[in-house]
Amino acid sequence: MSARSRSVALAVGWRGLHRFFRDPTMVVPSMLFPLFFFGAFAGGLSAVSDVPGFDFPENYTTFQFVFVLIQASAFGGVFTGFAIARDFEGGVGRRMMLAAPNRRALLAGYALVAAGRALFIWVMLTALALAVGMEVGGGVADLAGMYTLALLMNLTALMWAAGIALRFRSLQAGPLMQTPVFLIVFIAPVYVPFDLLTGWVKTAASVNPITAVIEAARDFVSGASADVALAYGAAAGMLVFFGIWALRGLAKAEAAGG
Amino acid sequence: MSARARTQIPELARRSLVRTARQPAQVVPAITFPLLLFAINAAGLGAAADLPDFPAPDYLTWIVAVPFLQAGLFAVAGLGADLARDIESGFLDRLALTPLSRTGLVSGQMAGTIALGLVQGLIFLVIGLAAGATFETGLPGVAVLLVLEVAIVFAFGLIGIAAAFRFGNGEAVQGLFPLLFVFLFLSTMAMPADLIEQDWFRAIAEHNPVSFIFDGIRSLFYGGWDPGALAGAFGVAAAISAVFLPLAVRALNARVVRT
Repeated sequence: MSARSRSVALAVGWRGLHRFFRDPTMVVPSMLFPLFFFGAFAGGLSAVSDVPGFDFPENYTTFQFVFVLIQASAFGGVFTGFAIARDFEGGVGRRMMLAAPNRRALLAGYALVAAGRALFIWVMLTALALAVGMEVGGGVADLAGMYTLALLMNLTALMWAAGIALRFRSLQAGPLMQTPVFLIVFIAPVYVPFDLLTGWVKTAASVNPITAVIEAARDFVSGASADVALAYGAAAGMLVFFGIWALRGLAKAEAAGG
Repeated sequence: MSARARTQIPELARRSLVRTARQPAQVVPAITFPLLLFAINAAGLGAAADLPDFPAPDYLTWIVAVPFLQAGLFAVAGLGADLARDIESGFLDRLALTPLSRTGLVSGQMAGTIALGLVQGLIFLVIGLAAGATFETGLPGVAVLLVLEVAIVFAFGLIGIAAAFRFGNGEAVQGLFPLLFVFLFLSTMAMPADLIEQDWFRAIAEHNPVSFIFDGIRSLFYGGWDPGALAGAFGVAAAISAVFLPLAVRALNARVVRT
């Protein structure tokens, strides 16, 4: 990336994060919803860990922490997609395109925003989870592996949402960005390990790439041996696929004049 | 009901029905979203029915109650947003110039939402039974379930109406939706109170009015007739209505005075 493109990406990233942290209507829901989901799942469903065959080595709080971490990271990406749609709806996107010699730098800037939002949520969520008794069996390298998977999910969801936002250039496309991510994240081993799933969800989860990511992240946090190649392969594959989707969306936005 | 109200309310009700029917973007998610969550939770948490002392015959029969209550949440968002649009577009201002009664205005707006609630209730029941849920109270139970569904939608719809009159914009009303979702999650939605291990969560769930509504709905699906559970469910719906109907009328009065 050239120095000029780096400068554009950093400017877009700074602007997005500045807007995010200065607007309580964006910060508060972003912070509260993962914490609420975590409280509801870890607090209300902990008896599920007594089901015969539930073999996760740490407590149910840890089990649900991983799911909420991945979910919240993905939604950090989706909500950054909302910001892209708003920018292009209001004409800011068009002006940014005029100022950026390499327009891919704009996407890189939004990726910085998404990652910054995810980092903020990770800190809050991890602090709460540790405060309420989350057990951590993995070491520093394992945890780094888990957070890296969460970051890949964050960027993948951003690229998906950016592709939609750049094609529609309107906030009205919000449900289209949000609903598929919500569904695909839930069609995975959310409440119980994969082996305890039944019916159509088990079939769907077995071909859902998010399943590999969540299961590996749970192995990381508990210190068990994770299927690293499958998880990172699935995450990187999704990122590349949706990265191309976002770049094509960028080309469509350019063709439409922003 | 006065002769004037007999003329006014059906006109507003007809408008409300037509408006609801013409908004697939409102109707389709109100039916599909609860069904999707039902399908995901029924399969994802199916193993929970293996816990000792789990009260329902299977998890599907336990979780099938949830869509019936989610219909109420969609009533808040849908009805509130419709009314907020009337306020923002100036339609309410024009109505205020007519001799329309306040109560007529509030109740007439409910027709579309109640009709949608009935459709939702029937669809949720048919799909729940097709998926394999137990339903022990037969046809009388179906009738009671649909009446309870109307009571739930009416009560929650009044929250949407009161909020729309109070705030006057759709964005603020939509903001209530996640807040009400919190009430849903912090209840016996996913697990019976006796099987909730965290004391703080169990305490909230046991006193959450939403849990009483779940008890009433579930009593129709398994365990035979339970007048106490049904009284609790109808009682909560009546209490919400008793609180929010006067609030809605008061907020409407204040808005009309401002107009």
